[in-house]
Amino acid sequence: MIRVGPDDFDAAAELAALHARAGDAGAVATFTGHVRGEDGLAALILEHYPAMTEREIARHAAEAERRWPLLGVTVIHRVGRLVPGARIVFVAVAAHHRRAAFEACEFLMDYLKVHAPFWKQEERVGGTSWVEAKTSDDDAAERWRR
Amino acid sequence: MLYFAWVRQKVGRSEERLDLPAGIATVRALAEFLERRGGGYAQAFADLKRLRAAVNQEHVPFDSALAADDEVAFFPPVTGG
Repeated sequence: MIRVGPDDFDAAAELAALHARAGDAGAVATFTGHVRGEDGLAALILEHYPAMTEREIARHAAEAERRWPLLGVTVIHRVGRLVPGARIVFVAVAAHHRRAAFEACEFLMDYLKVHAPFWKQEERVGGTSWVEAKTSDDDAAERWRR
Repeated sequence: MLYFAWVRQKVGRSEERLDLPAGIATVRALAEFLERRGGGYAQAFADLKRLRAAVNQEHVPFDSALAADDEVAFFPPVTGG
């Protein structure tokens, strides 16, 4: 299940839905990303490329399913104006065993960071500025290459 | 063409249609053509190392070939997650 949009999500409900869908999952790993309120940040404004975003995430979910024996994947990514503390992203992976669930969850987050077409703008009292991509994120995605 | 993030801000629009000019056969050639328009385009396309491109909603290198009805997007490196 992949969803991209402005709406907030209920992580517990998404987990229950994933577990129900996944059948006999012995392991579910999740990651939830929140907006950090560092350095006087008022909000993050997220823009994306709608026609490409879900396609790109689906491609990575399919890649995760090729690499690990998964029973279900949920990826939710919010866009629009998000204040500190708000949820931005949710990745949940169900599998028979924990290692596949942990690894696939991390793989999906690492790939999403460097491939999914989202752009963040930081809103502060003095104005807004675009967040620069980090090479550490490229490195994190690169280590999955094989 | 579609423009996102600061590329959109610099060129002053989010999308436009263009009949592929003669001799423009790659994404790089299109970017260089747009840079020659000057103004915000010159700023946005001055340094292709700061840009990424997609053709028909897939990431591509700048040397990729273009066809007449392609949807080409230019944007900075992504910062989601």
